[in-house]
Amino acid sequence: MNFRFNWIWPFTIAGCLIPLLWLVFDIAYDNLGSNPIQALHIRLGDWALRFLCITLAVTPIQTFTKWRGMSDYRQLFGLYAFFYASLHVLGYLLADHYLEWQVIGIDIIESSYIWFGVLAYFIVFLLAMTTSKWAKKRLGKSWKKLHRFIYIAVCAAIIHYFWQLKGNLAEPLFYLLVIFFLLGFRALTWLKNRQPNENTG
Amino acid sequence: MIVKSQNDIPASEITDPLIFKQRRRIIKAMLATTIAGVGTSAVADDKSIGTNLPKGDFSGELLTPSPANLIKNYTNYYEFAFNKEDSTTLAQSLRIDPWSVEISGEVEKPGTYALEDVLRQQTLKEHIYRFRCVEAWSMVIPWVGFSLRDLLKSVKPLSTARFVKFTSVYQPEAMPRQRANAMLDWPYVEGLRIDEAMHPLTLLAVGMYGDFLPKQNGAPLRLVVPWKYGFKSIKAIVKIELLKTPPTTSWNKFSPGEYGFYANVNPSVAHPRWSQYSERQLGSGFFTPRRRTELFNGYGEQVASLYTDMDLRHFY
Ligand code: HEM
Repeated sequence: MNFRFNWIWPFTIAGCLIPLLWLVFDIAYDNLGSNPIQALHIRLGDWALRFLCITLAVTPIQTFTKWRGMSDYRQLFGLYAFFYASLHVLGYLLADHYLEWQVIGIDIIESSYIWFGVLAYFIVFLLAMTTSKWAKKRLGKSWKKLHRFIYIAVCAAIIHYFWQLKGNLAEPLFYLLVIFFLLGFRALTWLKNRQPNENTG
Repeated sequence: MIVKSQNDIPASEITDPLIFKQRRRIIKAMLATTIAGVGTSAVADDKSIGTNLPKGDFSGELLTPSPANLIKNYTNYYEFAFNKEDSTTLAQSLRIDPWSVEISGEVEKPGTYALEDVLRQQTLKEHIYRFRCVEAWSMVIPWVGFSLRDLLKSVKPLSTARFVKFTSVYQPEAMPRQRANAMLDWPYVEGLRIDEAMHPLTLLAVGMYGDFLPKQNGAPLRLVVPWKYGFKSIKAIVKIELLKTPPTTSWNKFSPGEYGFYANVNPSVAHPRWSQYSERQLGSGFFTPRRRTELFNGYGEQVASLYTDMDLRHFY
């Protein structure tokens, strides 16, 4: 099965923009509640995290379904994670702080939950910058190693989520569980590959 | 030892709306006398307390109240829900009529007082105060209330009274998070040092925006301590105790490293997980910088003297 050249591809590209359109609509119609700026952070942060999870879900799905050629989708979702994370950061710098760098500096230094967000964003940024075929060729073997840092990014993101929490545990616990399974799958694969004798039979 | 508060409220055959109306009539009548001369327009209808109230001494002349609809839909009321929007809907099932307040401990005249009787003794004024939440958002609220000190004086505190403990209502049948025993130890408890409680800035509020308090905002009676983080301003008070020793307060008990007994607004003492240097004012739009948080939320001139010689970093 080849996903690249069928109708699913353009629909996926467009579909991933729905959360943004929905957000723009809610801003235009003043639907974001009493603290719209916080609501903006939550919306964009949630979607950045969701796309990280979706990106990490591609490989397990490929393994279980034996579908081929999903790596383009993995790249696409990863880029959307970068896209929503970038909007999240821009929302923080521009919509919230209006580029008041002194306040931003103090806020970041004093808010430990943001450190984890910055770590996550730094990694996602690096991965997005090295996503092209050209970069992949140039980096050779280290490309794969570098792109495994997405595991650290998603862990940093979930810590960032928990660390800013004031009340409701249920939602971040849900994502923690999802991430546990997604990374657990990698751990199992890794263990399997270490003992080829037992599993090739 | 906390006595469940609903035991203090005698069961009544009178239906709730009737009592509610009666409380409104009492307040109307009181206001008619306090603002006689200003005009009677404020007391003409039964729907609001009135907009012609005299202003409290510390009411900020230059403060513009935040839009009321924002404040009514953005309350931390963990007895109902852990998110601010659901609390608004869920709080409507709270029973607030009849309501009485038990005052006990180190006082000459302990007793359980019907809210109407408390109000009859007090002068309601409008107090426009800043309100700063520990979560780094803020608003400006025109409270309707009276000084806590006036109530405390009327029950004659003994010289042994050093702290004041406040207890919120325990109504698990109306409060889902209380029913589930979730997060905090219920009922909610807050406390002040006696000099903080006797400070003229400290209010007991029964209304805001010229009307009675909405249930989600702490009806029918709440504390307002404008120089402290919002969680100190306990809602739906049923008990006030004057004590010799500091009470254990709810958030402090839940997470002592994050929420101190004092909880004075202070931009230079960060919460362990986030900065308190700036705040987002409700009603301010996108692309507006945050407000820089002021020490004691801008009430330093009035209250800083309460804390001289105290290390505010240690006593956060
Ligand atoms: C890949 C990077 C990041 C991801 C996946 C991410 C994800 C999230 C998530 C899931 C939330 C919580 C949303 C909720 O409550 O439902 C959040 C909140 C937030 N994030 Fe991020 N974040 C990232 C990077 C950053 C960075 C770099 C900053 C700032 C420089 C930042 C600032 C914030 C702020 C201010 C909040 C709101 C906290 C509040 O509600 O008070 N994030 N983020």
